[in-house]
Amino acid sequence: MSKGLPETRTDAAMSELVPEPRPKPAVPMKPVSINSNLLGYIGIDTIIEQMRKKTMKTGFDFNIMVVGQSGLGKSTLVNTLFKSQVSRKASSWNREEKIPKTVEIKAIGHVIEEGGVKMKLTVIDTPGFGDQINNENCWEPIEKYINEQYEKFLKEEVNIARKKRIPDTRVHCCLYFISPTGHSLRPLDLEFMKHLSKVVNIVPVIAKADTMTLEEKSEFKQRVRKELEVNGIEFYPQKEFDEDLEDKTENDKIRQESMPFAVVGSDKEYQVNGKRVLGRKTPWGIIEVENLNHCEFALLRDFVIRTHLQDLKEVTHNIHYETYRAKRLNDNGGLPPGEGLLGTVLPPVPATPCPTAE
Amino acid sequence: MWTMEGPVKDAEKISQKRKSPLKDEEDKEYVGFAALPNQLHRKSVKKGFDFTLMVAGESGLGKSTLVNSLFLTNLYADRQLPEASARLTQTLTIERRGVEIEEGGIKVKLTLVDTPGFGDSVDCSDCWLPVVRFIEEQFEQYLRDESGLNRKNIQDSRVHCCLYFISPFGRGLRPLDVAFLRAVHEKVNIIPVIGKADALMPKETQALKQKIRDQLKEEEINIYQFPDCDSDEDEDFKRQDAEMKESIPFAVVGSCEVVRDGGTRPVRGRHYSWGTVEVENPHHCDFLNLRRMLVQTHLQDLKEVTHDLLYEGYRARCLQSLARPGARDRASRSKLSRQSATEIPLPMLPLADTEKLIREKDEEVSKRLASPHQGPQSPLKSLPGLARPHRRNHAPHSCAACKRCWRRCRRKCSRARLRASSRTRSEALAGALLHLGPAYGPSPVQSRNPRLPSAESRSSSR
Repeated sequence: MSKGLPETRTDAAMSELVPEPRPKPAVPMKPVSINSNLLGYIGIDTIIEQMRKKTMKTGFDFNIMVVGQSGLGKSTLVNTLFKSQVSRKASSWNREEKIPKTVEIKAIGHVIEEGGVKMKLTVIDTPGFGDQINNENCWEPIEKYINEQYEKFLKEEVNIARKKRIPDTRVHCCLYFISPTGHSLRPLDLEFMKHLSKVVNIVPVIAKADTMTLEEKSEFKQRVRKELEVNGIEFYPQKEFDEDLEDKTENDKIRQESMPFAVVGSDKEYQVNGKRVLGRKTPWGIIEVENLNHCEFALLRDFVIRTHLQDLKEVTHNIHYETYRAKRLNDNGGLPPGEGLLGTVLPPVPATPCPTAE
Repeated sequence: MWTMEGPVKDAEKISQKRKSPLKDEEDKEYVGFAALPNQLHRKSVKKGFDFTLMVAGESGLGKSTLVNSLFLTNLYADRQLPEASARLTQTLTIERRGVEIEEGGIKVKLTLVDTPGFGDSVDCSDCWLPVVRFIEEQFEQYLRDESGLNRKNIQDSRVHCCLYFISPFGRGLRPLDVAFLRAVHEKVNIIPVIGKADALMPKETQALKQKIRDQLKEEEINIYQFPDCDSDEDEDFKRQDAEMKESIPFAVVGSCEVVRDGGTRPVRGRHYSWGTVEVENPHHCDFLNLRRMLVQTHLQDLKEVTHDLLYEGYRARCLQSLARPGARDRASRSKLSRQSATEIPLPMLPLADTEKLIREKDEEVSKRLASPHQGPQSPLKSLPGLARPHRRNHAPHSCAACKRCWRRCRRKCSRARLRASSRTRSEALAGALLHLGPAYGPSPVQSRNPRLPSAESRSSSR
């Protein structure tokens, strides 16, 4: 699959990202009728256009982490999401990999371009999670990695001579893959989400959803939602971070009806009704990945990329990172890390994950 | 009720001869035991069959649905699935469900053994041990029954077959699967099954099956081997048999619901928005093969292999270990007491029994000769206070009452008697208490017990 998309798609995508920009005025125009107190047209609404141009020039980075047992289709889904071979499978076409003994963290970065906007996408994979017989504390390497990224950013921020644009390696979104048992969450899922929902934005996803019929799917989703609520696990979009009523209603709808998204991923194309679609071909039919009647992949894609991408980054920066920073500074006595009393150097990031504030 | 090969073949020959028109000559040669299979058949139909099937695997792989589909009953009507938070601390339990199925006049008493909680918790180390113990307990029970006095109505509760469910989402066998299979493959017939096979496209199914077969070979796990069909079977049967063997592990889909697939005849299956999976369609899944194999063709063979191979293996191991020294401990641990009148201890053959008794007596005698002061039966030594009242050479002990007036209560204190009777312990105590000081132990000079050389030497050094 080639990087980037055919041109026809980009305009549609772009128009959803930003509202339709006004054609750039050569000369400031006088509005025809206006009831405000403005005596003339100032032109502050062109800021959006300016921001857009800047973003196009600088590009932005997005770090997504995928967590789940092996074989749940994580790499395939990420490839499908970004319509390119961005997962670790792409780098080494070796399907006969052995399950690693401990959880490894593998980060692979790619630059994707669409409609003139460059995105530096980093996919962080966690092979070995939940695959062993004894999975006690298998989330600790993941928590440690996330905190290390926060620490890196903090160190850069605290520098006297700061870089103009601090490279952002913090994990913005963590897709957690739930196995479609049809009964309920597994204890490991609960433990992982309990520990990590306060540190990173978790988006739970039901993997390989083509094993469940519609009734089973809705029943399973309800049960999962209930279990998460009962255990006090706040997945993204968190209720407490809804800024205004508009956000709240939109997010409520997503939280209570669609999430967790039941997805199917595929990187193969088949012919259906004269169109080439991504799907899975079985003797009893073809499952179309982007058909909303078949699975909710399209909803997940719109959610993560088209509507909430910026919000994911903001929540990570304003809330999770700030929590970490506050904790670090408190432990350090109000001083930035690296500086102690009388200029002594303080110990580095603790090996055990920082206890996060409630 | 074993199938008798000999008479059947002879019966065939005789039946062929019967077709000849000379009846009188026939009657002279016809003995009549060609009717034996019919008699067997009638007896076994009257007696009924029993079959114990175990299903194991992680939760959510469609085990209960498959069992319900196989036997067309709802065995799990009263099941309650616990939530994830409850399963955090759940340990593996073994559940047994029984159902009587009747078809064509033949009754089958099916026992289903379920293992809820397998592979569920975060730490699944040794979670297969309860299963292994259960299987061995059934063997033990059978062994006991077989060696018992009343053998008329032995209930065969041994596990005849274990359907092990492998997840279609993984990439072959997981470490937990390998560990479980390794633990039970010598004790039960294993049939590996890929559950929820409608998650896989045909190519993926083939690749997964091949991967599992390779892994099973690599890990040297013995699954149930289908017997080769006889050479005189017809080609069709042979072909079917070969197909079946190639499709192991079976990729199955279970369903008890009947769906109408767009106007065609109703089928058992699962209805999706993109199509309907038919459970009984051989192109969709291997359910038919599994059912044919399990119920229609190899039910009896599974029972035979369990009895002839697995049970005999267990029995041989058990008896061999009993033949080794330390057998008494094993016997007591397996809750067989020689004092119980109704039960005969293992092994049950009379010759072996007396041999065992002789051996045990020999051991006792040798023990006594080696360390005579350890003999618990010696009455004199057990009550030193009584034997030598004027000497305070009874074993020191530490019961609170006696600490105050240990001289006075040495006769009454049961602890004192006990301690005195087991010399090794008293030896150790004497040594220990001597170090603590004269307040706690007998004064070293007075201890005249010749059996405590260390105490004396210590006392002399003091």
